[in-house]
Amino acid sequence: MSAAGHVPSLGPTEAQLTGRPDPASRRSGWSGYLLLLPGGLWLLLFFVVPTVTLMATSLYDPAGSLQTGYAMTGHWQNYVEALGDYAPQFVRSLVYALLATVACIVLGFPLAYAIAFKAGRWKNLMLVAVIAPFFTSFLVRTLSWQYILGDNEALVGFLRSIHVLAPDGYLLATPFAVVTGLTYNFLPFMVLPLYASLEKLDPRLIEAGADLYASPVTTFRTVTLPLAMPGLVAGTLLTFIPSAGDYINSELLGNPRTRMIGNEIQDLFGAGDYPTAASLSVTLMAAIVVLVFVYVRRAGTEELL
Amino acid sequence: MGGDLTLTSVTKRFGAFTAVDDLDLRVPEGSFFALLGPSGCGKTTTLRMVAGLDEPTTGTVLLGDTDITRLKPYKRPVNTVFQSYALFPHLTVADNVAFGLKRRGRRKIDDEVAEMLALVELQQLAKRRPGQLSGGQQQRVALARALINQPEVLLLDEPLGALDLKLRRQMQIELKRIQTEVGLTFVHVTHDQEEAMTMADTVAVMNEGRIEQLGPPEELYESPATTFVANFLGQSNLVAGSVTGTSGDLVHVEVHGARVFAGRSRSRVTEGDVWAGVRPEKVYLAGPGEEAADEVNSLRGGVVSDVSFVGVSTQYLVRMAWDQELTVFEQNTGARKRFRPGDQVDLHWRPEHTFLLDATQDAAAGVEREPV
Ligand SMILES: Nc1ncnc2c1ncn2[C@@H]1O[C@H](COP(=O)(O)OP(=O)(O)O)[C@@H](O)[C@H]1O
Ligand SMILES: [Mg+2]
Repeated sequence: MSAAGHVPSLGPTEAQLTGRPDPASRRSGWSGYLLLLPGGLWLLLFFVVPTVTLMATSLYDPAGSLQTGYAMTGHWQNYVEALGDYAPQFVRSLVYALLATVACIVLGFPLAYAIAFKAGRWKNLMLVAVIAPFFTSFLVRTLSWQYILGDNEALVGFLRSIHVLAPDGYLLATPFAVVTGLTYNFLPFMVLPLYASLEKLDPRLIEAGADLYASPVTTFRTVTLPLAMPGLVAGTLLTFIPSAGDYINSELLGNPRTRMIGNEIQDLFGAGDYPTAASLSVTLMAAIVVLVFVYVRRAGTEELL
Repeated sequence: MGGDLTLTSVTKRFGAFTAVDDLDLRVPEGSFFALLGPSGCGKTTTLRMVAGLDEPTTGTVLLGDTDITRLKPYKRPVNTVFQSYALFPHLTVADNVAFGLKRRGRRKIDDEVAEMLALVELQQLAKRRPGQLSGGQQQRVALARALINQPEVLLLDEPLGALDLKLRRQMQIELKRIQTEVGLTFVHVTHDQEEAMTMADTVAVMNEGRIEQLGPPEELYESPATTFVANFLGQSNLVAGSVTGTSGDLVHVEVHGARVFAGRSRSRVTEGDVWAGVRPEKVYLAGPGEEAADEVNSLRGGVVSDVSFVGVSTQYLVRMAWDQELTVFEQNTGARKRFRPGDQVDLHWRPEHTFLLDATQDAAAGVEREPV
């Protein structure tokens, strides 16, 4: 190893402080690239190639088909058509994803907080309980919500009896059911990063807040929340992005008027209209990238609070 | 509010464990008060009850005439410098310091914050975050963050514990200066007896959840009330004896065949079995039979077993006929004879430097001190 001859140094190296590579790491640079190779290949194969293919497909002539083949004509009108035809589904996807994300924060924050600070010796058990649903298939879990929300089941009966629902009211096949399904399915992705952030939070900081005239609410706003921000941002991305692209929940728990963009893409692929499906996918991807970028930029400041 | 801080019969239990046991304490307004005791004796718990972070199981905490026992911490005019500082890592130094004022709805506080940062000499670091500061700098931020609120009582929980010796001595002087300047009540918790004695007007020695003795440092040092105080605050030679009588201001004690005298004011017991105590620096050594003034206490027939030269003084261990080792510190004035291991010596000291303690107490209590 080239580092073997170096005197071990305490604290950050000059390179870490200045951002300039130090001579030692430059000399061993080739080994760094070698180590990057497997990951790089993996990304190339499973990310770059499919993305480029997807983008290319989105510009194919829609007159083609799987059987006859597609012609690459740079047919950008695919995008105009896609946006024109599917704007409502786009908006719906983003709104449902936003609602599900907010619901995940509202449910997930107290849960993560309780696991981090109040669970004591039950902590590990509670974490296992958060992850446990993953032992069952996503489809099966979503299907079971058909039963939970079903018209003739206990929940609807109870809500009718306390007049939250009208006597002929129902839950299944409504936007509510879709958002509920999304929330349920992606909740662990909110809880785990939030827990990781809160777990690192020194409870003495909360006491310091109280000691410095901050009520519990103020301490939460000025100390706990800012320090939980990395977890909250990660959790938001991990719930919002897959929710926006999801179609299973709408398929199983929704109705024709709750169709999300994922459902349309899936149908278009099924129907063999690859160019339109691809242009929808690219548009969704771009929309999410822009939203995420804006969000992360703002989350870094206090504006979000 | 304002006024003295008074704890009355305060007890704190964690389950079956009693961390603070029926504690009575009065801290006069404007004083520098030190709570001194070994690790785990309940010092932090006591402070937390004053700060409102823990609630006493029984007893009351008064500030002036106001009962604050159950008052929420954020409603008390009390601030804490935490043992680990507990600085907010996401805020700059200036924002940390401004935190308390902002929470109380104060506006236009920039000047005040700058002034406070100047007091602790951190102006240049105002924009840094706590993670970028050294231990000593963090300690000063913690102090400034608490002090700027001008609390009735400032609680300091071993604030210098994490600093190295030199910086610690420097900060002790600094803290004392600031306290004199601002005139607030400081309650300073420490397990360092030297720190307590150099800084505080009043020291309370705490052991196993109770106050052993409370008073000015000189009084505690010269006239300890218990073997724990005698050993924990400085060092003591404690020799078993029994009272044979009194005359005037003096108590007569027979100690392994010798007769020694003790001042009545320093005698916690005046009859029966006692521990006769004397501080090592009060004792001086002489060759056998060389000095024999009637008015001094003498223990004869010792053999020097160890000599360590520590610059300003020389520390002797002297083994007595009854197989107890006594400690003697001699100033290196150059005027007195130096002894070597194996030399025969007599020990002498003045009667008023003797204190008598209850013989039922453990002579070794408080001896074990953690490394500083
Ligand atoms: N929250 C708690 N639960 C249980 N025991 C505690 C708690 N806080 C402190 N103790 C115990 O009370 C005793 C006194 O603690 P503390 O006041 O922190 O001591 P000190 O500050 O003097 O070192 C210790 O034995 C400690 O283990
Ligand atoms: Mg402590």
